[in-house]
Amino acid sequence: MFVLALMLLFVLFGPSIAKWSNEEIDWAALGDIQHLGVPSVESGHYFGTDELGRDLYARTIQATGTSLLVGLIGAAMALLVGTTWGVIAGFVGGRVDNLMMRIVDVLLAIPNVLVIILILVVVGRSFIALFIALGAVSWLSMARIVRAQTLTLKNREFIEAARAGGVSEIMIIWRHILPNLMGVVIVYASLLVPEMIFAESFISFLGLGISEPYTSLGALIAEGARTMGYGTLWQIAFPLFFYVTIIITMFYIGDGLRDALDPKDR
Amino acid sequence: MFAYTIKRLLIAVPTILMLVVACFFLMHAAPGGPFTSERPLPPAVLANIEARYGLDQPLWKQLWDYLTNIVLYFDFGPSFKFKDRDVNDVIAQGFPISLTYGFLSFLVATIVGLSLGIAAAIRHNTWIDYLAVGLGIAAQALPNFVMGPILILVFTLWLGWLPGGGWNGGQWPYLIMPVIALSTSYMGSIARLTRSSMLEVLNSNFIRTARAKGLSDRSIIWRHALKPTLMPVVTYLGPVFVYVLTGSVFVDIYFSTGGLGQAYVGSALSRDYAILLGVTILYGALTVAVSLIIDLAYAWLDPKIRY
Amino acid sequence: MNRTGITILAAFVSSWVLSSAAFAQSRVPADVKLADDQTFTYRVLDELSSLDPQVVEDTIGSELARDLFEGLMNQDELGNLEPGVATKFDVNDDNTVYTFTLRDNALWSNGDQVTAHDFVYGWQRATDPELASPYQWYMELMSIKNAAEIIKGEKPKEELGVKAVDDLTFEVTLTNPIPYFPQMTTHATTFPTHKGVIEKHGDQWTKPENMVSNGAYVLTEHLPNERSVRERNTKYWNNENTVLDKVVALVINDENVALTRFLAGELDRTDVPAGQFPRLQKEYPGVAISYPRLCNYYYTFNLSDSGPEVFKDIRVRQALALAVDRKIITQNVMAGGQPEAYTFTPAAVSGFEPPTTEMAQMSQADRDARAKALLAEAGYGDDNKLSFDMIYNTSDAHKKVAVALSQMWKQKLGAEVNLGNMEWKVFLETRGNQDFQLARGAWCGDYNEASTFLDLLDSESGYNDGKFNNAELDSLLEQAKVSNEPAALYTQIEQIIAAELPVIPIYHYAGVYMIDSDLGNWPVTNVQQNWYSKNLYKIAE
Repeated sequence: MFVLALMLLFVLFGPSIAKWSNEEIDWAALGDIQHLGVPSVESGHYFGTDELGRDLYARTIQATGTSLLVGLIGAAMALLVGTTWGVIAGFVGGRVDNLMMRIVDVLLAIPNVLVIILILVVVGRSFIALFIALGAVSWLSMARIVRAQTLTLKNREFIEAARAGGVSEIMIIWRHILPNLMGVVIVYASLLVPEMIFAESFISFLGLGISEPYTSLGALIAEGARTMGYGTLWQIAFPLFFYVTIIITMFYIGDGLRDALDPKDR
Repeated sequence: MFAYTIKRLLIAVPTILMLVVACFFLMHAAPGGPFTSERPLPPAVLANIEARYGLDQPLWKQLWDYLTNIVLYFDFGPSFKFKDRDVNDVIAQGFPISLTYGFLSFLVATIVGLSLGIAAAIRHNTWIDYLAVGLGIAAQALPNFVMGPILILVFTLWLGWLPGGGWNGGQWPYLIMPVIALSTSYMGSIARLTRSSMLEVLNSNFIRTARAKGLSDRSIIWRHALKPTLMPVVTYLGPVFVYVLTGSVFVDIYFSTGGLGQAYVGSALSRDYAILLGVTILYGALTVAVSLIIDLAYAWLDPKIRY
Repeated sequence: MNRTGITILAAFVSSWVLSSAAFAQSRVPADVKLADDQTFTYRVLDELSSLDPQVVEDTIGSELARDLFEGLMNQDELGNLEPGVATKFDVNDDNTVYTFTLRDNALWSNGDQVTAHDFVYGWQRATDPELASPYQWYMELMSIKNAAEIIKGEKPKEELGVKAVDDLTFEVTLTNPIPYFPQMTTHATTFPTHKGVIEKHGDQWTKPENMVSNGAYVLTEHLPNERSVRERNTKYWNNENTVLDKVVALVINDENVALTRFLAGELDRTDVPAGQFPRLQKEYPGVAISYPRLCNYYYTFNLSDSGPEVFKDIRVRQALALAVDRKIITQNVMAGGQPEAYTFTPAAVSGFEPPTTEMAQMSQADRDARAKALLAEAGYGDDNKLSFDMIYNTSDAHKKVAVALSQMWKQKLGAEVNLGNMEWKVFLETRGNQDFQLARGAWCGDYNEASTFLDLLDSESGYNDGKFNNAELDSLLEQAKVSNEPAALYTQIEQIIAAELPVIPIYHYAGVYMIDSDLGNWPVTNVQQNWYSKNLYKIAE
């Protein structure tokens, strides 16, 4: 939590000490990135520059903000849609389960590229379109995991006891199934965050989502990876550092939330 | 259980049919066709090409011809981009490659991931736990497209130990880097899912009961805790299994393995309708099969589950 | 070869003979010691489209086709004609009937003799609507009699204006006089194919185990998306002067990985990623090389009705074109020795004399000042910001150029530029439907002549995505087609472009490669980059 707060502070207040904006090209550095683009306090490029002479510090701040947003909203959408779908399929069972899960199978097998391109055609390029696309590709496996957990939960003694006690089905789901699902679901959602961060860079590659001069951690890491062998290691090091920090944070948040929400500990 | 399996197999046919129809129309709705190019073809030439591939027919007729050819001749049509090859060729060439490196990666990721996760959960909050969590995060921290170039830089350029790419019939020096790159990305997730799922199980009432009965740790874990732990892990592994078997586009791009992953993504980008549909059907069939296997596995993992 | 040159050649010499002995000699200089291992390994970006010479449409496949098959004529290191299967040709007075005499020692890799009938078969096949080759239009471009009708399905392919007079005499009848016709026979579409083999194996004939070819090499292995291997064809008529034994093309999609593998010694030739040339040139002098190519790179305004009003103001177009600092783009962004572009046609095109435009002579500071003045005149300034969208297809290099351009316009002119990248097919569709404001464009010449570029701006051209419409330009192009001295007309057309600026030329392409120093005779001077493995050799280190 603390780390996340630090990161948020960085995203919010980092720009105030930046000497360059995220899109401005340092024409002087552009000629010789390998030497003039290195991280230095003097030049104002604290994290160095990217391959085009743009300030990596400013870009990393902007990218971290974007990626956090993308990761969290994407995972949240998966959580919402996937959990609803999975709980209904698992709890109702029978034909409904079969139909709902076969739909998931079909959607899993449809090529993402097509889906994303069509969203681009229908909705046009926008931030909202990006989230629709992220949601569209991410909720499927969540639905499967939730369904699997629901299947085991609904046969447990306490559910049967509740049922015998005349509790309505909806209340059973709300009171007993959902809280017990949360452990695995939240851990899986925290795994989805990094996945979303990279899914975004693929979606942006197809032309939907974030476009230059704005950037994201996925895009920065991909750019840095390309030039890794050319003596400009800082181009991957800084974005990767922030990305790894996000993963670690997500790990602890996932674990923490799981403990906090665990009904057995209450 | 047997009746259930038969029923599911019967449903598989309409499921895949639905997939084909959906994919077919999505494909044609996407802007640009297989012959859209920077140099638009003269109308007469384009007409000849469209006639050759049947693209001049109405869509429903194309779909019908496509389906009948598959049913009658197991012919998935010619590739639009690779003009000497048909879909059967492309799959016959790429699938065994993807299958080989994919299956190995799956094994490595699962074995290492499960062991790490179980070890971490059993020794919760000890150095083993921290180490396992650390390894899991490290494995996740390097995405495929960073891992690929790093491996090539290190093992090919600096150390000179391994060839930088190619397949060569799947000899082991050509396999090492693809398997490392592909397995690490799943290893971390598997370890973390296993760990948290196991922690949950170890905290539950029936394990406490077992402990109270004085059973040994070992027997608690292997006899009682392992199966319920695996529920979410197996669910996660299902799509991963399908994805990994049909190849990874990153592995194919960075290691020039020639697998199906690249053929698949490439066909979507070049609107090579036939290959895209063909691979999607393969992918769909595997998805349907694996999801059945998983459902059967649930019943084995938790005998209370009935369908 | 330049068109004027060919015209002169055709006018004075109605028969073209070259002693084949002069060309049958080895290309290896006497003082060069050859390496023991004569294997050449190079990187290709992508899987080839086809190995069938009549069908192949991409550069990578054409490179293989030129090694595996041999047409009537070949190109030498300078792009000039040299004999292939034909040793000489005659042409009638009005340039409409060409008669090629074939060599009697040309063999297929299965031992059969290469005859005029194989050419007849190949050429008919290329026009056959049933084969539906994407290069059918090439046969029509060659103006072969009845080609257009056959492609439309109005006549059977047997009526194509080609004839085997006897086994060694191949005659072509044209509908229009084309003085540079022999030059066109170096293209893969016109290569001979073996009827018996194709009829026996059907669409499986290009598999290595089935293929029979007549070039210096035969295909021995083809693993799609991984590699293809061609090895010396011992039946080739000039086999004794072929030096390389084996040529391997490795498919490596990622250019940075390819470079790593080159540095690890796995490749003899690979592409240099954008921006890396200066460093590599310093570290590997003589290995990192750059030479001009016949391609341009530009941004096109949408001048059609659906285009934005702002771009209909010539002053805005001029201002944007002036504010582009081409030196920064070519030296710092691309940094691969690309020439700056002030004309649409690359200066490397033979016979083309680029006009001296005003813009080219100004200093960048003057240009910037002028651009600001023009824009102010047009009514744009701080209170009324110029704002527009620009699109490019997703690629690392295109992105860099687009970002640099947008920053130049933003910083110098205060323009609001919205960048958008698109996946390739979506991009083509969007640009083709005039659904854009400013879009990236690039064109590589089909032949070494200015009209291959300038035709793009013809109002009737299907490639004119900006819908530029200028009657004077159209009529000049029309005149150039029949003129014996088109160079002056082309210069005039470029002046119209420089004045009207329907496009902003940015730079002209350079071929930027890492070529291992032990590879001999790479044809850097062939601007079309038509290279033949039979002319290369590996030097002992």
